[in-house]
Amino acid sequence: MISKRYAGLAGLALAGTFVLTSCAANEGDAAAGTGSAASESELSGDLVGAGASSQGSAQEAWYAAFQGDNPGVTVTYDPSGSGAGREAFSEGGVDFAGSDRAFKDEEIAEGGWAACAPDTDIVELPLYISPIAVIFNLEGVDSLNLDAATIAGMFAGSITNWNDPAIAALNDGASLPDLAITPVHRSDDSGTTENFTEYLGAVAPDVWTYEADGVWPIESGEAAQGTTGLVDAVNGGNGTIGYADASRAGDLGTVAVQVGDEFVSYSPEAAAAIVDASPEAEGRADGDLAIEIDRSTDEAGVYPIVLVSYLIGCQQYADPEAGALVKAYFSYIASEEGQDEAASSAGSAPISDTLRGEVESAIELIK
Amino acid sequence: MTGAALPAPRITAKQRPGDRIFSSAAVLAGSLILVTLAAVTIFLIAQGIPGILAEPGETTILRDRDFWSYVGPLAFGTLWAAALALVMATPLSVGIALFISHFAPRRLAQVLGYVIDLLAAVPSVVFGLWGGLVLAPLVRPMYAWLTENAGWIPIFNGQASATGRTILTAAIVLAVMILPIMTAINREVFLQTPRLHEEAALALGSTRWEMIRMAVLPFGRAGMVSAAMLGLGRALGETMAVAMVLSPSTVVSFFVLGSTNPNTIAANIALSFPEAYGAGVNVLIATGLVLFVVTFVVNALARYVVNRRREFSGAN
Repeated sequence: MISKRYAGLAGLALAGTFVLTSCAANEGDAAAGTGSAASESELSGDLVGAGASSQGSAQEAWYAAFQGDNPGVTVTYDPSGSGAGREAFSEGGVDFAGSDRAFKDEEIAEGGWAACAPDTDIVELPLYISPIAVIFNLEGVDSLNLDAATIAGMFAGSITNWNDPAIAALNDGASLPDLAITPVHRSDDSGTTENFTEYLGAVAPDVWTYEADGVWPIESGEAAQGTTGLVDAVNGGNGTIGYADASRAGDLGTVAVQVGDEFVSYSPEAAAAIVDASPEAEGRADGDLAIEIDRSTDEAGVYPIVLVSYLIGCQQYADPEAGALVKAYFSYIASEEGQDEAASSAGSAPISDTLRGEVESAIELIK
Repeated sequence: MTGAALPAPRITAKQRPGDRIFSSAAVLAGSLILVTLAAVTIFLIAQGIPGILAEPGETTILRDRDFWSYVGPLAFGTLWAAALALVMATPLSVGIALFISHFAPRRLAQVLGYVIDLLAAVPSVVFGLWGGLVLAPLVRPMYAWLTENAGWIPIFNGQASATGRTILTAAIVLAVMILPIMTAINREVFLQTPRLHEEAALALGSTRWEMIRMAVLPFGRAGMVSAAMLGLGRALGETMAVAMVLSPSTVVSFFVLGSTNPNTIAANIALSFPEAYGAGVNVLIATGLVLFVVTFVVNALARYVVNRRREFSGAN
């Protein structure tokens, strides 16, 4: 009896699986078919991108708006991670990539961009700038002034209590409790961690002796999954401190970071300003706007803890139709409208007009 | 058995279409599972071997370690979390199953059985959310109390976590998750106890507890071990709930209340895979191979235990 009943159930489950999978497969085909068929504007076709998950929600907003303007175009972006995106782009699997870092010099020398015309260069555009806020949960304290060495000390474990003199010295009159500091870091590999550790290492090399890495370099301490998990952990704890996309800081206390002689809170303008204050990487092709972010700058009104994510494409595509699509899509993203769209949906910092000028001339190179 | 001198008449059943269809469908289903298992094994080995052989520093995931010192703490964390979950879930599931099968009034038992089965249908992501947002803040003060007052017990000795997202919390979530399947099996096994054994025990003057101890538990021992092993299998492989609840590091630590906890293999794959590329993917797949082997060994061990115990179970 029992075995019969289970056999029936198993059969049902198996049949259900087949029905469901075949259904999903059909849907995919149908969507692609209608997408290319209903082309009325000049542009039409499929544009495929992949890469950094940091710009995932911005990409969603961008392609939704872009597809609204160009009903014949279907853009997809797979937020599979920067490394995966760069790899897929090199191998020609995608038309453009999103990446939290530019290609390294040696990777560019290696070349072999499968989607590009032979022996042509690539364009790398810093179009997604996101300030990273240092957030904390401490009763009665909404804002703290800290310098890089103190932040590094708190995360490295050399400053362990909120009433430490190093913190008090930077915050006159703040009432700091006798409470253990619990630094929270990301448990997954993330561009936010990479940029945050790069900042600590660049500005406080004596205290922060680790290399910049997407994986947290210290093998102890509190960790949480993803931006949401980290913010939840900081929210749920007492005396916790962490780092996250500024748009997700919510009601948590945030740190104003010392730059030169002043303390700068994060703001879109201050975050965009760091890109203008930083030099471009040398020895790059014309359209390659790789930026070497100058984290230790003393310039006024600059917020140094930012994540800069690039859009990467070919200067000359093997398939000219793909080139036209990428050019139109990148132009939209670089436009004021596109940057504002990302700011409102993903909390990024719109690029400055100076940078827009450079980006636009780089986009002109795309064929 | 047929003698050579006297050829027996061959009796063949008439082959009806229904028989053929059913037998070939059964054979197909049977071989499909073997093919699937083989395909998974081949994939794990083919993709995992470059990961096992990866040099330290070849990928960002390994940093300056070799593969074995990378996977060691993860394998430890996997077994440690699953063992903690099992220690909590086993007595509880036996208790619930006994209550349903031998103590509760019939109607209540039915309702309770449904509720337990319902727990099994809750997706692990939901358990993960609940563990991270509700359970962790709830147990935080208890953990602080434990470190202060029970710190002489080695696993409670240390600085309590400020968020409650420790391996003990993850193990509690795992225990809740494996409870339904374990309870369902235990209940079925206890219900199978021969009525005559139970009546004989009662007739000899035993109380209900003595009857359970002398008739039901020995009979169900093999089933209880199977239930525990099935639960252990699920706990070993559980991914999302652990990834969402645990605050992980790559360490070996028996302290269950702190911020620095060993991660599990499955959760580590879930956390690292999205950003992994190149040899990093191979390393993660190789850790999956290790998990595969660990699960296999645990299952083989369980089967061995069950088989060895069978003759003493009182079932024959």
